[in-house]
Amino acid sequence: MSYRMETEGDTLTAWLGGELDHHTAAQMREQVDAAVDRQKPQRLRLDFSGISFMDSSGVGFIMGRYRLMHLLGGELSVTGCSERVKKMLMLAGIGRLNIME
Amino acid sequence: MKPINQMKVVFPSRSANEAFARSAAAAFVAQLDPTVDELADLRTAVSEAVTNCIVHAYADCIGDITLSVLLYEGGRVVIKIRDKGCGIADIPQAMEPLFTTGGEERSGLGFSVMESFTDRLKVASHPGRGTCVTMEKRLACKAGNSGEEGAPPAFSREERAKQP
Repeated sequence: MSYRMETEGDTLTAWLGGELDHHTAAQMREQVDAAVDRQKPQRLRLDFSGISFMDSSGVGFIMGRYRLMHLLGGELSVTGCSERVKKMLMLAGIGRLNIME
Repeated sequence: MKPINQMKVVFPSRSANEAFARSAAAAFVAQLDPTVDELADLRTAVSEAVTNCIVHAYADCIGDITLSVLLYEGGRVVIKIRDKGCGIADIPQAMEPLFTTGGEERSGLGFSVMESFTDRLKVASHPGRGTCVTMEKRLACKAGNSGEEGAPPAFSREERAKQP
């Protein structure tokens, strides 16, 4: 699991890398939520281009951050998804949320 | 029918072992020369089943998870994931998409993913005694599945169907 975060204007981008499962999702959640809490960005962008594996824990992770940003009056977007990640998100019906870039 | 090869590993229900379990299953299935997508489907399905053991079966404790992978002629793979945890009282409800007792960060999609990423899913559970999830996937038959180099290609499924 790896991550890198960058702020540009009112957008916080989190580049996530490695395998996203129940185990690593807990660590990613901690890091991303701490940064959101510190910076209160208007927009949170999750960049999945470095994610090599994701199970349904990734869906829970995205939904959790979606709720968090909604609570803060901001918005969430998800970018850089591989075909495999997209397959999982489609199954979860996440397409309906309109957060995929 | 007897499996042509099989393996079994037992490991404690620690979340760090989710990656171990799916990698071990994938490494063993690799001898059937699966496609990248087939392997990714199996890795995901195993990850879901093992996560269920960790999050639900052994919610408040650490217990043993047994992963067995059985390989059959014709590219048939059977994966069993067993625990001796709390069991599932209502299996149809547990298998319903989006149903979860795992809290906000769980999507409730585990069984849906196992179902759509494999060809068959069976769940057997005894409340208080544990759960066994059995998944089956048929890999596209390719020449060389029989193992030996230069051996005649394994029968395709169509050809097998024609056998008396």
